Amino acid sequence: MTDQAYNFAYLDEQTKRMIRRALLKALAVPGYQVPFASREMPMPYGWGTGGVQVTAACLTPEDRLKVIDQGADDTTNAVSIRKFFERTAEVETTEHTAEATVIQTRHRIPEQPLEEGQILVYQVPIPEPLRFLEPRETETRKMHALEEYGLMHVKLYEDIAHNGAISTAYAYPVKVEGRYVMDPSPIPKFDNPKLESAAIQLFGAGREQRIYALPPHTKVVSLDFEDHPFEASKADHDCDLCGCGSSYLDEVITDDAGGRMFVCSDTDFCATRQAEGHRGALSPQEEYA
Amino acid sequence: MYVAVKGGERAIDAAHEWLAEERRGDAAVPELTVPQIREQMALAVNRVMAEGSLYDPDLAALAIKQARGDLIEAIFLIRAYRTTLPRLGHSAPVDTGAMRCDRRISATFKDVPGGQVLGPTFDYTHRLLDFALEAEGEAPRAREAEPRREPTPRVTEFLNKDGLIQDEPRTDATPPDMTREPMEYPAGRPLRLQALTRGDEGFVLGMAYSTQRGYGRNHPFVGELRIGAVEVEMEVPELGFPVCIGELTLTECETVNQFAGSKLEPAQFTRGYGLVFGQTERKAISMALVDRALRWEELGEENIGAPAQDEEFVLAHSDNIQGTGFLEHIKLPHYVDFQSELELVRKMRAEALGTAKFKEAAE
Repeated sequence: MTDQAYNFAYLDEQTKRMIRRALLKALAVPGYQVPFASREMPMPYGWGTGGVQVTAACLTPEDRLKVIDQGADDTTNAVSIRKFFERTAEVETTEHTAEATVIQTRHRIPEQPLEEGQILVYQVPIPEPLRFLEPRETETRKMHALEEYGLMHVKLYEDIAHNGAISTAYAYPVKVEGRYVMDPSPIPKFDNPKLESAAIQLFGAGREQRIYALPPHTKVVSLDFEDHPFEASKADHDCDLCGCGSSYLDEVITDDAGGRMFVCSDTDFCATRQAEGHRGALSPQEEYA
Repeated sequence: MYVAVKGGERAIDAAHEWLAEERRGDAAVPELTVPQIREQMALAVNRVMAEGSLYDPDLAALAIKQARGDLIEAIFLIRAYRTTLPRLGHSAPVDTGAMRCDRRISATFKDVPGGQVLGPTFDYTHRLLDFALEAEGEAPRAREAEPRREPTPRVTEFLNKDGLIQDEPRTDATPPDMTREPMEYPAGRPLRLQALTRGDEGFVLGMAYSTQRGYGRNHPFVGELRIGAVEVEMEVPELGFPVCIGELTLTECETVNQFAGSKLEPAQFTRGYGLVFGQTERKAISMALVDRALRWEELGEENIGAPAQDEEFVLAHSDNIQGTGFLEHIKLPHYVDFQSELELVRKMRAEALGTAKFKEAAE
């Protein structure tokens, strides 16, 4: 395979135009799922083909791309997707959130607030928030058209009745600009408040052939009840490496005797804090010397 | 002590090296060539072409070699390649009536004009391992006969002459293209047939089998099964007439299905249709059965809620590249979501245990 045999950012210009049209429609109707003729990509469905197509349609040679998976730049699939664009688009890449013009993500929103001019591209497995309540696409499209979201509220109510709490921890449904109920992709609900952002947020679901979007400063409300308000929860710890008390944490098992530590899931955020001199409970001692 | 999970990139490179070495296997054993796979693994090549939706035996053989014989992986390689190819134009519909048949059988009539031609089939072989194949021998040669020159008539046309089988309306409308437009339901028959012909052989077989066992039964007979070469013609604007640009081997199956008739229509047979690249008759027959089951609405039949009658269910799950990708993506890290669930379960357990203690204290 010669890389020259492929167009800039892999997709041909006709395909990019088709995707850009879908993106513009999605931005014009925030939260609405726009069908698009998703292409077969050289990575498997379910591994970010939607996000990759959206990123490919957005990239220009001047862009600086960051790719994260689970908040980390160095997870294997993030490495693989970053390499794909290094190879097919030859764009600059970065691990620093502030430096990136386009960020493709799976399952997280960076801790550092995004700014105007930045684009956040989400990889979406199941774009339909109503899918697990109603498996048929023909039905769910009707429900969105009629703004018929009673089923979702019943589900959330039943959660509370059975478990005393809404038992959705990630991919927590939101209502966009008071109209469409939207799946924010499987981000932890801790990230939901960050969906109201200055950046453009684009969601690509390749296998399911859907694109949707949140324009900057769109109102995004996590579904809840007055007496059971939404709560953006996280592990009740500080990061053991940078000491941050407000970032989303991964729990890392350190031995087979129940030992564990908590570290920021956003690796760039954590590394930046450590470089600034912040320390956590388990930071290596020698660094103080 | 926690060590940051760095080195994903090096791990990927090393994994790819190992994969390449494993692909080659024991270097003391001669390497397979692509022509060997194309010639001697022809039915695997056919399946990869059919489900990859790209008729190119050499590329399919290469994909099988690269995929270490994992056919779904090979189909994936072909699909990912196919999607990058420019579309130069459209061929005219192929005329399977003019097929040069290697095999042509009908189960509905003892003999038919054009004859019953078994062709190179496993059908009546005894499935006994042939240990002679372990040794290298001379290439076997089959006896030869004069090939038939004239076109082979269709069995269903004989029934159609008497009005005994429901007629298919002809149309010159350009069919939709599922690789260029997002799927919308109801999809309609042209899209259904497109999806079925590139659908996973195992899935389509399973769906077809389920109809035979009563989940949407439609009493199929193989009216005709034919396998052979057809010419592909294309209209070249500068010339103003169609020219032959190549040949395809296809398998076509037409089933004849019972239909009880209704108050408005007298009893008549109906059809299911399967057409697949290469010699792929299990798939073509399966496709015809599923096609027929999906036609319940247009034929005024009852929907008994069988999976094979459910267009959205069948079409949304027939593609093995979509299926395998989504299934296998659960190997990717999900620890952020899992952490979120972990917190929620801990919290809910703590609250539940707290309530229980409170109750105990009150009692």
